[in-house]
Amino acid sequence: MSGLLKFITCGSVDDGKSTLIGHILYDSKLLYADQEKALELESKAGSRGGKLDYSLLLDGLMAEHEQGITIDVAYRYFTTDKRSFIVADTPGHEEYTRNMAVGASFADLAVILVDASKGVLVQTRRHARISHLMGIKNFVFAVNKMDIIDYDENKFNQIEEQINELVAQIGLENTAIIPLSATEGDNVTHLSADMPWYKGKTLLDFLETVEINDDNADNAFYLPVQRVCRPDRTFRGFQGQCESGKLTIGDEITVLPSGEKAKVKSIYASGKSVGQAIAGQALTVELDKEIDVSRGCVLTRDIKVQIGKTFSSEILWMDDEPLVLNEEYILQVGTNSIVASIEKINYKTDVNSGEKVKVSSLHKNELADCTIKLANISTLAKFKDYQALGSFILVNRVSNMTSACGVIRNIDAINKEDYTFIADNIKIAATLFDEYYYNMRDTKIDKALSKYNGFTIGDTLPLKGKTYNYPDKIDIIALTEKKVITVRQGKINAIIAVNKYIYDEDITPALMDSRGFAINVYDKKSYEKFYDEYLVDKNQADFWNKWVDCTKYRHILFNDNYWII
Amino acid sequence: MLSHLDKLEAEAIYIIREVAATCEKPVMLYSIGKDSSVMLHLALKAFYPEKPPFPFLHIDTTWKFHDMIAFRDKVAKDHGITMLKYTNEEGVKKGVNPFDYGASYTDIMKTQALKQSLKKYQFTAAFGGGRRDEEKSRAKERIFSFRNEAQVWDPKNQRPEMWKLYNPRIKKGESMRVFPISNWTEKDIWQYIKRENIEIVPLYFAKKRPVIERDGMIIMVDDDRLKLCPDEKIEQKTVRFRTLGCYPLTGGFESKADTLDKIIDETLQAVTSERASRAIDKDSAGSMERRKREGYF
Repeated sequence: MSGLLKFITCGSVDDGKSTLIGHILYDSKLLYADQEKALELESKAGSRGGKLDYSLLLDGLMAEHEQGITIDVAYRYFTTDKRSFIVADTPGHEEYTRNMAVGASFADLAVILVDASKGVLVQTRRHARISHLMGIKNFVFAVNKMDIIDYDENKFNQIEEQINELVAQIGLENTAIIPLSATEGDNVTHLSADMPWYKGKTLLDFLETVEINDDNADNAFYLPVQRVCRPDRTFRGFQGQCESGKLTIGDEITVLPSGEKAKVKSIYASGKSVGQAIAGQALTVELDKEIDVSRGCVLTRDIKVQIGKTFSSEILWMDDEPLVLNEEYILQVGTNSIVASIEKINYKTDVNSGEKVKVSSLHKNELADCTIKLANISTLAKFKDYQALGSFILVNRVSNMTSACGVIRNIDAINKEDYTFIADNIKIAATLFDEYYYNMRDTKIDKALSKYNGFTIGDTLPLKGKTYNYPDKIDIIALTEKKVITVRQGKINAIIAVNKYIYDEDITPALMDSRGFAINVYDKKSYEKFYDEYLVDKNQADFWNKWVDCTKYRHILFNDNYWII
Repeated sequence: MLSHLDKLEAEAIYIIREVAATCEKPVMLYSIGKDSSVMLHLALKAFYPEKPPFPFLHIDTTWKFHDMIAFRDKVAKDHGITMLKYTNEEGVKKGVNPFDYGASYTDIMKTQALKQSLKKYQFTAAFGGGRRDEEKSRAKERIFSFRNEAQVWDPKNQRPEMWKLYNPRIKKGESMRVFPISNWTEKDIWQYIKRENIEIVPLYFAKKRPVIERDGMIIMVDDDRLKLCPDEKIEQKTVRFRTLGCYPLTGGFESKADTLDKIIDETLQAVTSERASRAIDKDSAGSMERRKREGYF
């Protein structure tokens, strides 16, 4: 036990969330003297007729004071003799549901308030569902305002029944139900003399003693790469957080999605060289050989994650603008950002009844099960298995608004259309059919991802695009996959391994890489020199500047229509 | 299993790396205070064995304590980092000072200077050492906090921020303020400084210093720019500072805490919250939110 507990308070508007937390802080003598004084002063002017209004401690924004409601999630930090807490007090209004979800995504436990005089409301159900969706496993239903119903046990029992029904419907795991009064303090920090029939713990006692298992140390190792660290030419390390498991020098790891393997040469944690690292630490990992690793890749060991392109998910729509099917969004998963579109809304979940409703669009604060398709393959996992690779957000490409968040339920197996080139046991993801645009809106160069995929021997290739123009006789070298695709008369002639490929200056046509960049080799000797240097220097910009001509077959077009990029 | 401080450190490093990897031109604001010392320490750790791939920026109001400026220059040299300095020269020319200008001093010499400097260097993301336990409007701010073209914060319409998935996307002219130590408390800061042996400005430690009392605040006489009122007398008192802003806006208090252990003990028993010793926060309820909206950190 012990350790930090991160929890949220949620429930419908006016159920007394802010008051409850304010009361805990006040009773536990966790306020500084000046805060206490400010509270007394502000309360005098407030709506409780001069009695202390504990909610004033939490509602920090001017608009919140004006309207007497909570708009955005507020974080509070307090420590009792037994435990440290971070509590996120979340808004009850439906309008601000997304801010409630923000709090839920960070918490281990949810305290859901239920107004004893009103029972379980739509918003109670919505918050329970969203908390569950965001991965919370521990729930306390705080039946508040027991003073208003005269601490009546029978009325409490009725509400308890409604709650149990909700718990069963959503499938919540660890739950407790506590009758209390946030304004009076009954069963908040001390057991209530008015509810002798209640035999459980006070809320604070419960929070101080509940066990949370957030230790991922026993699971398999994985680390989504945030960035590549290159202080000089001799060192290349991959930086990211160890999400679960352990990593020791000498361990063999697999880089996903490429599947390349290497051994761990050195590990830096917290600015120091270490022999072993554990879950939760921010690391820099050096490998024993040069392999392709960049942001968005995942270092793994004995882990069952998948490479996928299409998956089903449960999402919360958070944008004022409704969801548009097949429109392109940016999906962030782990440390990867990929173009994605929602192919299908399988059903919307009615937050009240749990019913599955057929719809063609989604509006703010609605929950739905959707099928999402990525433009590129990515490393993915089911949310229940690996949270960091199973949770995602969708960002609107025009407004940059975070439009939705969601969790992955099931990942479809990769099929041949997900790769550019395929043959027996060969799968090559290439970018040569992507289009390059100068994006006039934010003055950057962007790529529009290719719609062409799944080519195999004998297929005719789309060699002329808007921003590329390849000869119909060319060899394409896919360096990462170590394969060469030979193209003759516009068709794939063969796909062969690099070590079986012979550069014959009499018959070999021009050579380009799988990005569509020309390679400056003209004879057997220069080809071999190029490939030898590639194996050593492929992560040096100098190498590419020396050997590759990006503009021989490609150019850049201006573009003002952001959605197509 | 990681300790509470280990977890906070890992979270902050993750955030700092995210900015370096996804934001075009980041900068780390450096205010010379203890939170900045912790931020710098975290940035050094985050990229090791590489140096932090962004510069540091100090907004110099010209009203910082002398000890602070000396400390800033030493730190930059010791760690081999790029330390940019920016002063609102317009304000200096007009003679804007904290004595005669009150709240507009903070606006002109801090908020405007900050906005000018971010614009001048075209920084797209600026790290700040703000913590959610400091003040009520900060308690509501996101870790990646979006600023529009006028560098204004819109507290009613913040982007949702889920799990560790920070959305760094902005349009030209817009920017991010990023707060890696959002979830640290003052106690965490002190305990971390002790654990990591982080160097901080000597003004945090109690020492005999020349001070006057004004409006219930103890103000240190750092140089002759502090104009004394007729009934004020300079006294030698053993004082220290809980936060370091500009003098005379930052008050000290009498204390015997001259070691980190004593400071931590004192902090745990403190009866006033941290910002109470800063004059600017007391102006009105919501004053911090108003300044933040206008572009203050």
